[in-house]
Amino acid sequence: MTADKADIARQFIQTIPHATALGMEIIAIDDGMAEIMMPYDDRFIGDPETRVIHGGAVSALMDTCGGAAVMSHPDAPAGTATIDLRIDYMRAATPEQAITARAEVYHITRSVAFVRATACDEDSDRPVATATGAFTVEGH
Amino acid sequence: MGRTAPEPVQVVKQRRDAALHALVSGVPYISFMGIRFDRRGDELTGVLSFEDKLIGNPVLPAIHGGVTAAFLEVTAVISLSWAFIWEDFESGALDVEALAAGDLPRLPKTIDFTVDYLRSGLPRDAYARATITRAGRRYASVQAEAWQDNKDRPFAQATAHFLMPRHDPSCE
Repeated sequence: MTADKADIARQFIQTIPHATALGMEIIAIDDGMAEIMMPYDDRFIGDPETRVIHGGAVSALMDTCGGAAVMSHPDAPAGTATIDLRIDYMRAATPEQAITARAEVYHITRSVAFVRATACDEDSDRPVATATGAFTVEGH
Repeated sequence: MGRTAPEPVQVVKQRRDAALHALVSGVPYISFMGIRFDRRGDELTGVLSFEDKLIGNPVLPAIHGGVTAAFLEVTAVISLSWAFIWEDFESGALDVEALAAGDLPRLPKTIDFTVDYLRSGLPRDAYARATITRAGRRYASVQAEAWQDNKDRPFAQATAHFLMPRHDPSCE
């Protein structure tokens, strides 16, 4: 992937108000792959007793990361929108730890990009959640 | 025939509103998202007030897909939890004052969550309702739908499965 495309995708993600509101930070983005980190924040707690982050914030992270992966793909000329997204929650994320999602486009057609994603806290051997989604390919 | 007089309307409303408030206000993420719940009897409607920080595509602009998913998930969890505790606080087995003081029931845990995006979320308020399609002792299935201008034209729908909290014997 050209450096330009990575830069455009990176800049676009950084202008998303909700990604900024959740403190998301791009770790890596390249050729249909993206890695985005979301820091732990008390405001994102979903279960006050366990202080575990709400699944909704993890969904937002997975969706953003999936979209970023599609935008960075060499065969995706422009923007993208999520068609559907399924998230499996495998365990509670550890409180006080950042969550990092990694998404990859595993197949792309003229119209649709198929994406898989995994989210981990600091224990990268045991994912917190996995996701699969279909995204539109726009601009053809 | 001995009939007990029905409870005064304000007593009923106060109890239900207090229980709902305790359930919703206990979750920081719901406040962060600006989601509140309208109640008609036991029916809940989630209300997402539009704010700039909810935007996912600044060009259109459109609500972030993650926000839509989160809104549906919050609506599903709260609706399920609400249905789960309804009998207990209506009968008095669950003390609403204790609820309000922060002694909240454990929330259901999301096992999986699938969202379909039907149309773009416009930069305006959104509403959502959830239907519990199966309420078992351990697992529950919930469907949720979100709309903006027209209820018959939802912009997203979701199906989710939850692991139910163990029934707390102290509530019995």
